[in-house]
Amino acid sequence: MKILVTLGNVPDTTTKARFADGDTHLDMTGVQWIINPWDELALTRAMELKEDAANPVDHVTVVTVGTQEAEPTIRKALAIGADDAIRVNAEAKDAWFTAQQIAAAVKDQDFDLILTGIESSDYNGAAVGGMVAELLDLTSISAVSGVELNGNEITLHRDIDGGSETVQADLPLVAIVQKGIAKEPRIPAMRGIMMARKKPLQVVDPVEADALTSYNHFELPQPKPPCKMIDPEHVEELVSLLQNEAKVI
Amino acid sequence: MEKTKPIQGGEFIVRDVDPSDVFIPEEFDEEQKMIAQTCQDFLDTEVMSNLDDIDNQKDGLMRSLLEKAGELGLLGLSLPEKFGGFEQSFTTSMLANEIMGAGHSYAVAYSCHTGIGSLPILYYGNEEQKEKYLPKLATGEWAGAYCLTEPGAGSDANNGKTKATLSEDGKHYILNGQKMWITNAGFADVFTVFAKIDNDRVLSAFIVERTFPGITFNPEEKKMGIKGSSTRQIFFNDCKVPVENLLGGRGQGFRIALTILHMGRIKLGSNVLGAAKLSINRSVSYANERKQFGSLISSFGAIKYKLAEQVIKTFTTESAVYRASKNVDEAIEQNMQNDTCTKEQATATAFAQYAVEAAILKVYGSEALDYVVDESLQIYGGMGFSAEMPVERGYRDSRINRIFEGTNEINRLLVIDTLMKRGSRHFYDLFGEAQKTWDNLDELIDNPSTEEDNYSRYRAFINNVKKLSMLLIKAASDKYQRKLVYEQELLNNLSDIIMNLYVGESTLLRVMKLEQMKGSEATALYRDILDVYLYGVSQLVRANGIEAVDAMGDFPENAKVKKAIKVLCDLDGINTHAARRRIADKLIEENGYTF
Repeated sequence: MKILVTLGNVPDTTTKARFADGDTHLDMTGVQWIINPWDELALTRAMELKEDAANPVDHVTVVTVGTQEAEPTIRKALAIGADDAIRVNAEAKDAWFTAQQIAAAVKDQDFDLILTGIESSDYNGAAVGGMVAELLDLTSISAVSGVELNGNEITLHRDIDGGSETVQADLPLVAIVQKGIAKEPRIPAMRGIMMARKKPLQVVDPVEADALTSYNHFELPQPKPPCKMIDPEHVEELVSLLQNEAKVI
Repeated sequence: MEKTKPIQGGEFIVRDVDPSDVFIPEEFDEEQKMIAQTCQDFLDTEVMSNLDDIDNQKDGLMRSLLEKAGELGLLGLSLPEKFGGFEQSFTTSMLANEIMGAGHSYAVAYSCHTGIGSLPILYYGNEEQKEKYLPKLATGEWAGAYCLTEPGAGSDANNGKTKATLSEDGKHYILNGQKMWITNAGFADVFTVFAKIDNDRVLSAFIVERTFPGITFNPEEKKMGIKGSSTRQIFFNDCKVPVENLLGGRGQGFRIALTILHMGRIKLGSNVLGAAKLSINRSVSYANERKQFGSLISSFGAIKYKLAEQVIKTFTTESAVYRASKNVDEAIEQNMQNDTCTKEQATATAFAQYAVEAAILKVYGSEALDYVVDESLQIYGGMGFSAEMPVERGYRDSRINRIFEGTNEINRLLVIDTLMKRGSRHFYDLFGEAQKTWDNLDELIDNPSTEEDNYSRYRAFINNVKKLSMLLIKAASDKYQRKLVYEQELLNNLSDIIMNLYVGESTLLRVMKLEQMKGSEATALYRDILDVYLYGVSQLVRANGIEAVDAMGDFPENAKVKKAIKVLCDLDGINTHAARRRIADKLIEENGYTF
């Protein structure tokens, strides 16, 4: 059984966002890049599934759409344990563009299970997973917080409003996963880091595809006003501030 | 100044060095960065959330943290693959040490285990000893420690009273004595112990397992800082050590101890970097939140001054640390080519070759960190004095760095003493160059550098400081000869000049190389760091130089040397206030150290 995990190459979550070209682009100077946290959890779960001897998983591949600058992110995935990687050599322009590239790169490879993070931590579009499934003509199940395999059958747990549901489905399919899919991301160990440089990383050219969206304008939220600490003994001061300063009661 | 072969340890004093000759941290490759990230992730997830429990020495916690680092392979970075390690370069091990350096007491346990706890066996053990101990140390199944210091033998390490006598059946050495300030003692399984065999005047080293009969431990020492680091006294009462556990041959102990000290000193330089960057991040984030007089305190010039100085001290330390690290790697490679020696012997030799640089990094780095943590606490104001605040722990934990691995007093003396000894042994022509400078004193004074371009001006300045150092070394050694060793204040003057020369040159070469890599615009703030630092060096060299000349009193050309100091140390005309503000503004904008 072969699992594919899609990887987004995103700025570190602590990156200070700056804009360029009249606030129409993110300024990427000095940005630290990481694996999109949802995709990283998906990869962790994929590795757990492979390592569990009861499962027939024998291969985990990762795919990303990005320029050469995305390679450290891919190597990290290989160091965590993915067996090989595909990089579509193009800048990920929008969800539709990215989904088409991923679909084109993997369509002939018969993956049994495709895991994609529900969204990316940079643009938070939450669209790629569904589009990939549609383009590959596969079932897609979203908001998945648990995956278990039983032979060729898959059981998925979903968090739904006020509760959870368990879904049974046939492979192949695309599982669009959210937090809870794995406990925490893995730290690449030295052995994995050493092996990563020897694992195959295939670079493929992008296919012709249009982006459907473009960015007009970015802006930062207003900075939060400083937090005022009130001694628990002075409740009346808190009430007065809420009433007169914040004007919320 | 000649330039033909790779630079020798200490040779910077006589030789002109180009930016292309030095390694800078901006040149770390993808794999090194990934290793650093693994260290950082480990620290963030396992250590930083447990600092209180670590300091309270929660049962088994430190040991389990070492084991977890072992699972990730982080205990075996410097060990050979056949013993379960990953045979990384020295520079990579320094980078890992830098990241772990932010881990407060954990940093000490990690550093002790991977350095002085494991490496004596790697460098001086025979195959059987290595096979027996290194795989366990690489995984963390066993923890390592190092027993040199005794109540009467601290800085004077060779004065140890611990004795080893051969048992009647010739199968064991019987150890008797006492060791103190032993890091990791509470949980270590294997100790490198130094003792004198019979009536030997020199030390030997032994591999001692915790379970050998006749070892007892005092309770944990109560310390000012690094409270989570286990520190105990150890007593050996007729402790039976199998004869095959003698390490490196009878009488080799002092040599082993010195090599390990050189290694420990250079590694301390990387450790303080992690701690300093963490401390800076804490101070700037507080300064960016704390309001007084209606403004954030980060907007005040007095606070910006402190923030900028913290950055400058850290950046300059970093420049010297990685320059020296790469030199050690190059020396290891060269030693292996020239001799038939093993990699382990080549490495041990390289540490001895870079003893001057190691002592410089130890002193400069530990004092830089002490400045940083002190000003972090100051920026926190009254809150900084509260034990609830993280800067309080940083302040206490930093202090030991000026004491262990040889006090800064010993290391200051070592800088100048080793530099002169290596010169006498012709590793470089210190005294020949000094004589040439002396002979050209008039020309030197009459033709001060008139370079317009800043880099040319700074390179000329650095070369001038080299010449001044040589002039002072020559004057001091001519005047006091064999009695120079008793003039410790004078030697300190010389050491301070040489340390700042080395760090200043390392920073200059790094910034020049950075500009070649990234262009002028992207390097502006680094030039600010360089401007402020070298201005400070010029003041320091002048002060120490004149103090040294005045202390020596009457010696030939006294007045001329003094004049040379004044002429050659002139770097006036730099607006350090504006430069510091720009450095601080960047730190404030990023709310963290990104240099």
